[in-house]
Amino acid sequence: MNRLKSGEVNLGTSIMAVQFDKGVVIGADSRTTTGSYIANRVTDKLTHVHDRIYCCRSGSAADTQAVADIVHNYLQLYTQIHGAHPPVSSAAGMFQDICYDNKDALSAGIIVAGWDKEVGPSVYNIPLGGGLFRQPWAIGGSGSTYVYGYCDATYQDGWGRDETVEFVKNTLSLAMARDGSSGGVIRMCVITEDGVERLFVPGDKLPKFWEGREVLSGPVKKSVEPAAMAIE
Amino acid sequence: MSQQSAFSSPGFDFSNSVRNNFLQEKGMPLPKATSTGTTIVGCLFKDGIILGADTRATEGEIIADKNCEKIHYITESIRCCGAGTAADTEFTTASISSNMELHALSTGRKPRVVTVMTMLKQYLFQYQGHVGAALVLGGVDSTGPHLFTIHPHGSTDKLPYVTMGSGSLAAMAVFESSWKPNMERNEALALVSAAVSAGIFNDLGSGSNVDACIITATQTEMLRNFVKPNERVEKERHYTFRRGTTAWKSENIRDLIVNEDITLVGATGDAMDIS
Repeated sequence: MNRLKSGEVNLGTSIMAVQFDKGVVIGADSRTTTGSYIANRVTDKLTHVHDRIYCCRSGSAADTQAVADIVHNYLQLYTQIHGAHPPVSSAAGMFQDICYDNKDALSAGIIVAGWDKEVGPSVYNIPLGGGLFRQPWAIGGSGSTYVYGYCDATYQDGWGRDETVEFVKNTLSLAMARDGSSGGVIRMCVITEDGVERLFVPGDKLPKFWEGREVLSGPVKKSVEPAAMAIE
Repeated sequence: MSQQSAFSSPGFDFSNSVRNNFLQEKGMPLPKATSTGTTIVGCLFKDGIILGADTRATEGEIIADKNCEKIHYITESIRCCGAGTAADTEFTTASISSNMELHALSTGRKPRVVTVMTMLKQYLFQYQGHVGAALVLGGVDSTGPHLFTIHPHGSTDKLPYVTMGSGSLAAMAVFESSWKPNMERNEALALVSAAVSAGIFNDLGSGSNVDACIITATQTEMLRNFVKPNERVEKERHYTFRRGTTAWKSENIRDLIVNEDITLVGATGDAMDIS
């Protein structure tokens, strides 16, 4: 029974994470809703759980914040106990344990992504039931349903950093355009061996796709250029 | 009736719900919890944080308190506005305030807003939304000014301006149109006032006066009843009755103390017994 209780704050959401040769690019929209009211229009859904491991949160805001805080605590302990950075698979496993064991009480769809020395970049998808799926790219949240086709058709293996960032930006923009529970700004993180770079795309600078202008005003007219002044 | 046990089990005791269901079936309506209908706001400005709140507390459709205080003390430089069930906000904030004092003594450091936020969110999450407290937490600590909003289920948001309660939409409209970063104290106070007033006049669950609290690095100023836009007009006539309006026929005065015996406690009366 994973339905949100009435009055619970909902991370409606479009989230995704994509692996590339040197690292991962994760991205999310910024809308948090309580019913039809937008409680926070500039939410940061990309949560730090370790220096090179982030998670994207969707579902109940309270549940995902609580779970992420617990895993953040566990990973700090791991680092102190082992004297080494935890692998992304361990972090994902910690998320899975909590999500699966409490599946009846939680409403949390989480994507874990990061970089570690042994494996390099990796992306793990943990949907509602608490299953764990390693994938080269993962999308989640209510907005993801609208972009499965776009992602399947567009994704290519072997991309570099910039192409991956473009892919994430375009996908999220399309999802935000069609899903009422997603919107606001696009927040992205590029996680590599060297560090975490945060990227931000404001709401008015989102990539544009078909906007339906031709429907109202007929075929697109060529703009009339002013005639050059003739100087005899 | 629940059994008296030497070890009280933790968590809520739901034994009264059996009695309540029985009474409801017999036609007795449930008493409505006092709710702070409410408009509470918080706003970041150049020197710190300004918190604002209305002062109406409701019990269903009745106004239980026309001038209640919704800005609660947490520490010297941290305050918390509470919306939702009045008892829940009152006791939750008091409990965390007490724990923060102990925490500050234990760590030897000035308390931080994030600490209060974490304590509140973990408490509320544990009770899965049954503790109906929606809070606006603001304060200035060694790391700077911070403003948080905490929902009953335990989710938090960190923002430069926030509103909560039934009047939050009216207040947020004011903020969204006029808030800008690095405002001066007067500007910010006027904005907070306007936001709470929007809630007071456009939301039935909010009303009466505006309370404000200005928190900066150096001092915290509590402006109780900063604006009073709903004062009752002076009544046009005097409704008191002059003495002698009611005639009486007989008078009988009885002393309620019938018989008084004074016995000093302790062998030597007031002096300390050191035998």
